[in-house]
Amino acid sequence: MARNEWPLFEVFIRPKNGLSHKHAGSLHAADARMALENARDVYARRGEGVSLWVVPSAAITASEPGDRESFFDPADDKVYRHPTFYDIPPEVKNI
Amino acid sequence: MYTQGLDVKSDSDRAPPADTPTGPEERFQARVDAEEKIEPRDWMPDGYRRTLIRQISQHAHSEIVGMLPEGNWITRAPTLRRKVALLAKVQDEGGHGLYLYSAAETLGASRGDLVGDLLSGKAKYSSIFNYPTLTWADIGAIGWLVDGAAIMNQVPLCRCSYGPYARAMVRICREESFHQRQGYEIMLALSRGTDAQKRMAQDALNRWWWPSLMMFGPSDAQSAHSAQSMRWKIKRFSNDELRQRFVDATVPQAEFLGLTVPDPDLAFDEATGHYRFGAIDWSEFERVLKGDGPCNRERLEARRKAWDDGAWVREAALAHARKKEARAQAAAA
Amino acid sequence: MTDNALFDYLLRLGDTSLVLGHRLSEWCGHAPELEEDVALTNIALDLVGHARLLLSYAGEVEGQGRDEDALAFLRDVYDYRNHLLVEQPNRDFGHTIARQFLHDAWALELYEKLMVSADHRLAGIAAKAVKEKRYHLRHSGEWVVRLGDGTEDSRARMADAFDRLWRFTAEMFEADAVEQALAAAGVAPDPASLRPAWEARVDAVLAEATLPARPAIIGTSGGRIGRHGEHLGYLLAEMQFLQRAYPGATW
Repeated sequence: MARNEWPLFEVFIRPKNGLSHKHAGSLHAADARMALENARDVYARRGEGVSLWVVPSAAITASEPGDRESFFDPADDKVYRHPTFYDIPPEVKNI
Repeated sequence: MYTQGLDVKSDSDRAPPADTPTGPEERFQARVDAEEKIEPRDWMPDGYRRTLIRQISQHAHSEIVGMLPEGNWITRAPTLRRKVALLAKVQDEGGHGLYLYSAAETLGASRGDLVGDLLSGKAKYSSIFNYPTLTWADIGAIGWLVDGAAIMNQVPLCRCSYGPYARAMVRICREESFHQRQGYEIMLALSRGTDAQKRMAQDALNRWWWPSLMMFGPSDAQSAHSAQSMRWKIKRFSNDELRQRFVDATVPQAEFLGLTVPDPDLAFDEATGHYRFGAIDWSEFERVLKGDGPCNRERLEARRKAWDDGAWVREAALAHARKKEARAQAAAA
Repeated sequence: MTDNALFDYLLRLGDTSLVLGHRLSEWCGHAPELEEDVALTNIALDLVGHARLLLSYAGEVEGQGRDEDALAFLRDVYDYRNHLLVEQPNRDFGHTIARQFLHDAWALELYEKLMVSADHRLAGIAAKAVKEKRYHLRHSGEWVVRLGDGTEDSRARMADAFDRLWRFTAEMFEADAVEQALAAAGVAPDPASLRPAWEARVDAVLAEATLPARPAIIGTSGGRIGRHGEHLGYLLAEMQFLQRAYPGATW
């Protein structure tokens, strides 16, 4: 049965201008246009957004949970990437 | 907050606590105990995955089969306002089935296989949908009682340990907030209407009350999966707890309608602050679940017919997509 | 005089939307795929929504105290004014789509023109409807292409569906005293003026769908003056059952 199944698409919605697209869920469609229209009907029936993306699920390359430490933990000690790492005297304004 | 947290973090904070579990099962349980969400590609015990696929797909099947009894009355709704409300509600159920199948698919199940299990009769769905909708009042009773019971069940699922299921439930609960009100409003109109309408409303309550109580599943002592599901935080409350909550919430609503709950043993217990209610006929529950309810065959037949009648459409859409892709590739070459 | 014409015209539009919306609502729970179930119901909801606006307005224009429900549920077949096209039964999904497409291509053109109606209420209804009609036409047109240019089986089914439906399309472009009076008053377009754009839309989609070209249409008509086929009576019997069985009840 799976062989003749319509492919899976991931749906992303921009709730309003100024915000990023956010993952909403997935659906099946025979082609991308159908996926876009289905996304409108399935995930944006109540005015949830102003813009939609659909992406074939198979096209997504994801990091592995096992990579979590090597991917993300090093960021934990790079405090110099964050503004409070730097000591600026309080009397200096607008920085 | 985020940067502050980083700045104060020292090596000693990052060292694992002394009793850190070592095996994958223990680490998994520790994450669940810490209310951490489990995401699709995370390691999880096979039993957790199987339990979720079973529960989520049963939930999805229930939404899809649940479109049928109410769908019966879309073409007979008594006013245009009622017609659009009912259409939108049944449509939501289709959408909710879809969100749930999507959540099950993140666990490696294919929707085609899950639907196949439903159509072959292998998979179960909520037994409530094997009862017939005889009158318009049944649409009111389903919205009020069946959706009411579903909400009791579903709200705690928004905190389920499995991320995609919890997120689907958040969306579903938000959308369903109008369903129960829609049903109660129908009951209100009927119970304030003509004698014939009042009779219709009482008759619907008589037929839907006990099946609604059965929706919470067997009592805790009999429930096969309860304890493990609670430990995995798939379930947050026991069947009996949720059932009691439902009775406590619903009986006063029935009184407001001027309708009689069909249970001679129903009584408010001052000491506990809860309603005591009569014994549930679990043999009926078993019978309906096993396929001998009033409409089991009709429901599955309707789903099979829709699926079989749609086969040529699904094939054609796929064939067209492949042709288009081939043409695009030929043009690019 | 124009009020009578406007009342009749609003019934023609309102009934057409209502009957087609009702037909689509029969699919709810039975569509070929879950996503399409949700999509068809969306279109049904839009159509019943248009019908409510149009019939409510018709009731006000008539001035006899009839609201949308009195008009929808308490008129018999000979007082219904919808196009014959939309009362045709669903048959299979392809037939439903072909019917929808032939209607959508007409309705989009009509509502675009009604947006500049001298009747501001009607223009307002059209402005709301036109956004939805654009989407409906996109949906039905894309499906005609998919099914026409899909498999051998789907192509044959679509060719058969159009073959059955062509004869009901001529009616959409006919005018009698009602449309003539409203066209003269700038309230509604002359129906014949919708035809070139409809033909162009339909022909383009049929060509892309590799379906047989539109034949010369010798039409049957009568829906607009209450002369319907046999299907509408059953549809109304079902739709109106509760209002008929329990006269005067409030729901």
